Amino acid sequence: METYFTKEHEWVKVKEGVASVGITEYAAHQLGDVTFVELPKVGKTVKQFEVLAAIESVKAASDIYAPVSGKVTQVNEALDERPEIVNEAAEDAGWMALIEMADPAELQKLMTRDQYDEYVRSLG
Amino acid sequence: MQLIFEKSVPGRRGVRLPAGDVPAAPELPAALRRQEPAALPEASELDLVRHFTNLSRRNFSVDTNFYPLGSCTMKYNAKALEEAARLFAPFHPMVPLLPHGASYSQGCLGLAYELGAALAEITGMDEVTTQPLAGAHGEMTGIMLIAAYHNAKGNRKKYVVVPDSSHGTNPASAAMVGYEIITVPTAPYGDMDLDKFREVMTDEVAAVMMTCPNTLGLFNPHIKEVCDIAHDHDALMYYDGANLNAILGKVRPGDVGFDVIHVNLHKTFGTPHGGGGPGSGPVGVKKQLVPFLPSPRIVKYDDGCYGVDAPAHGSIGRTAGFFGNFGVMAKAFAYITMLGRDGLIQVSEQAVLNANYVMHRLKDVYDLPYDQTCMHECVFSAARQVKNGVHAIDIAKFLIDRGCHPPTVYFPLIVKEAIMIEPTETESKETLDAFIAAMREAAQLAETDPAAFAEMPRTMPVTRLDETKAAREQNVCYFGC
Amino acid sequence: MSTAGYCPNTPEEVREMLAAMGASSIDDLFRPIPPGLRARSFDLPEGMSEFEMLRRFQSLAGKNAQHLSHFVGGGYYDHLIPAVVDHLAGRAEFYTAYTPYQPECSQGTLQALFEYQTAICRLTGMEVANASLYDGGTALAEAAMMALRITGRNRLVIDGAVNPFHREIVRTYLSNLDVELVEIGPKLGMEDDLRLRAAIDDATAAVLVQNPNFFGSVSDFRKLAADAHAAGALLVVSAYPVALGLVESPGAMGADIVVGDGQSLGNPLSFGGPSFGFIAGRKEYIRNLPGRIIGETVDKKGERGFVLTLQAREQHIKRHKATSNICSNQSLCALRGLIFLSSLGKEGFAELARLNHDKAEYAKKVLGSLAGVEVMNGGVTFNEFTLCLPRIAEEVVVALLKKGIAAGVPLSPYYPEMERCLVVTVTEKRTREEIDTLGRHLEAILCS
Repeated sequence: METYFTKEHEWVKVKEGVASVGITEYAAHQLGDVTFVELPKVGKTVKQFEVLAAIESVKAASDIYAPVSGKVTQVNEALDERPEIVNEAAEDAGWMALIEMADPAELQKLMTRDQYDEYVRSLG
Repeated sequence: MQLIFEKSVPGRRGVRLPAGDVPAAPELPAALRRQEPAALPEASELDLVRHFTNLSRRNFSVDTNFYPLGSCTMKYNAKALEEAARLFAPFHPMVPLLPHGASYSQGCLGLAYELGAALAEITGMDEVTTQPLAGAHGEMTGIMLIAAYHNAKGNRKKYVVVPDSSHGTNPASAAMVGYEIITVPTAPYGDMDLDKFREVMTDEVAAVMMTCPNTLGLFNPHIKEVCDIAHDHDALMYYDGANLNAILGKVRPGDVGFDVIHVNLHKTFGTPHGGGGPGSGPVGVKKQLVPFLPSPRIVKYDDGCYGVDAPAHGSIGRTAGFFGNFGVMAKAFAYITMLGRDGLIQVSEQAVLNANYVMHRLKDVYDLPYDQTCMHECVFSAARQVKNGVHAIDIAKFLIDRGCHPPTVYFPLIVKEAIMIEPTETESKETLDAFIAAMREAAQLAETDPAAFAEMPRTMPVTRLDETKAAREQNVCYFGC
Repeated sequence: MSTAGYCPNTPEEVREMLAAMGASSIDDLFRPIPPGLRARSFDLPEGMSEFEMLRRFQSLAGKNAQHLSHFVGGGYYDHLIPAVVDHLAGRAEFYTAYTPYQPECSQGTLQALFEYQTAICRLTGMEVANASLYDGGTALAEAAMMALRITGRNRLVIDGAVNPFHREIVRTYLSNLDVELVEIGPKLGMEDDLRLRAAIDDATAAVLVQNPNFFGSVSDFRKLAADAHAAGALLVVSAYPVALGLVESPGAMGADIVVGDGQSLGNPLSFGGPSFGFIAGRKEYIRNLPGRIIGETVDKKGERGFVLTLQAREQHIKRHKATSNICSNQSLCALRGLIFLSSLGKEGFAELARLNHDKAEYAKKVLGSLAGVEVMNGGVTFNEFTLCLPRIAEEVVVALLKKGIAAGVPLSPYYPEMERCLVVTVTEKRTREEIDTLGRHLEAILCS
């Protein structure tokens, strides 16, 4: 299963047309201790790169952008109780939403793991 | 230290109230009557006095410590100002709003009016309203005035432009008035990138909000051009007066081209900060915006008497209950009265001198992202120290152990690991030298023993606090209210 | 060099500092300012000593009528302030400190504000409170915006019996936003106002009411709360804090957000400011509260401490997406409120409320018994009530001012059809003698 990445530090993994999305380890590290995740409503439709969710830490707040267009079919309610899961496992248990993809071709606009790592290195 | 609630003992009383001199009224009906008295503290007056006196001793303050918080202007608060304000404590703000009431309130109406007139002269504006209750409140009021101006002209405006160095209240205030924000990056020379600014300026921009000197403490040499470009698109120029201390008597925003300004009485005009308020944010405008000023508006008649104007047709209405934070206004007016013309000019000169002195004596040990003459504040970066794992916050905690309130850290957002120092004009060379020595010691320690910072501060009632726990548990009231 | 500006540096020290920087004069430091931008005028009077200033200010204060008998309210109340309030809030460590951004050296302010939040929650019957807003009117506007955010709806219903100044502030705050504000014309006795309940629909974010209302009537909002909740809307109540010593708390009546003005709690009249606004709400709304909030936590050694918390809501982090643009709170005024409430204490605060109510009931009898004078409130009042006079109320107020009495708020500027109505306020500071004197003078004026 390939993982794709955005410039705004979101990741997306696809399985049978359903994309799971979250923020990267790098983004979680930048934010510091996550205190709140504002998850989208199930059923919400989003366009690629539009605001999907929001996340807060003690000293920062950030919007999370949808890596792909589609409809939100599920959200990770565990984050309501324990937002710190994002810090513990941002790219795994810290997933935020499942999106039923409208157009898989959109993935081509995103970066691969290697491209993303290179991008992060360039940020210095 | 225990909370006053934890020190409470059932049955203990504080102040004694006067006896009733009228018959006791019957009980309220059960549905309207409070079933349980509010669980307020039960303490003797001595308990209270010890509690709050000891609590106060857990604070740093201007009266006890050097407090160079950038952007806040923590100057000395003259005690005579407190006496001046006390004189007006007994006066009721409704009286001038009663019929013929103005003649019973000439003193207060006069003070508010003359303060407005003085502020108008100081800032080069045509008229000032003292109604806004704080700086951010003034910003919101100012943007509302701008919106009213555009609406009256039939202009269709959508945006407010701010530099990326702006204080958060600027975009937040504009958003509260329904505008979308366009942010312009700062150029390498230290102020808003003029080319990028030209690119975003369209006829849909309602206003441009600037601070001058900006939050880096630098005076924008292109400010007049910015004003001209804005006016070409019938966008109005808003001046955030937070940094007015740098230019008192030297520059007036009204002369430069600004249309609307706010001032912070609790910064520039020496009224105390109160631990986070009260403030006062009078707003000044040019003639074309006068019809929209909030009501009630204080006026001066030809015979020298003061009155309250009937609400004008175009007024944006009330932004606050009465005439502003009068107690704060009285202190500011006392300050202006005592200092006078020469005293106010001396303020900006000494403020700028002190800041440049500190900047000059620290630039060899801390990174100075904009190495040029600053105004009343200077911004360093702890970038060099970060290489050893010592961050701006660690330098701050070191200073606390040295009995110095830290400068502002992590603002403005455009400088990484920012340390913003505003000494103000009321500090002596001696105090500055001690601060400089402490900062240099911190820089030295960052080289020789960076691990030592983790334990700081060591000399306070508490060590570093777990802010994550506070945000996650949200315990904001004692014992489950 | 004079010390007019409290600038301590001597000419010698200034010379040393300039030399250290390689600058020849202070003017050098202002060179980045283009000459064309220099101040065109700075025409202010010369300064003076603090003694001369105080003499001038005393004379200015003397131009206000002294010792008026205040039977006037309008949201601001003439209450007693225990001496400890000035004394403790006057500690320089409290009033010359700033926002507690560095918590380790600000535990005084932080703990005091946490105690304040606790006091407000207990007073209002709510679960969370912030560290104060500017005043009662702006607090009501902030509560309205909070309700819009929580529900995602854009319609608000406001009772016309809410303080007219506060309603105006709410209107001003909303004027540039895409929000529908429906004002329901007031009824004097607010109990079970069916029009207000009928105005709630499923586009309504909140209903805004005041208790006691501007006319002084005390209401039971339980039915209104139920109707609002059934439609998915919130109930916002603006409460007069001293009344909460006797009247049931808005929380117990089903309110979702409670606001009010704290001037009555230890802050002098001072011609209208500074005071503070309080806001409290249900726990689930905490992230939508505007302004500063203090939270409890521990330090590295497990010691309890307090910090500014949930700062991600605020303007310095969220900028244009913040819950509000508000930066400062009214920290010192809130501290005065806390000390006031602590000095009165649980029993004293209830006693204060009873004193207010007893005196107002007495005044109601005395004034209501005069020929042609009617008390308009159908039901319960706290310490304010509305009289209907046989003459235009404004004329009566003018005549009574000449006798040194500010007799009340005439309603015609705010409710044009009520030109013979006057809202009279009686606090614990009004003596029986003052009330009787008001009665005598009013009777004489009405007979003339």
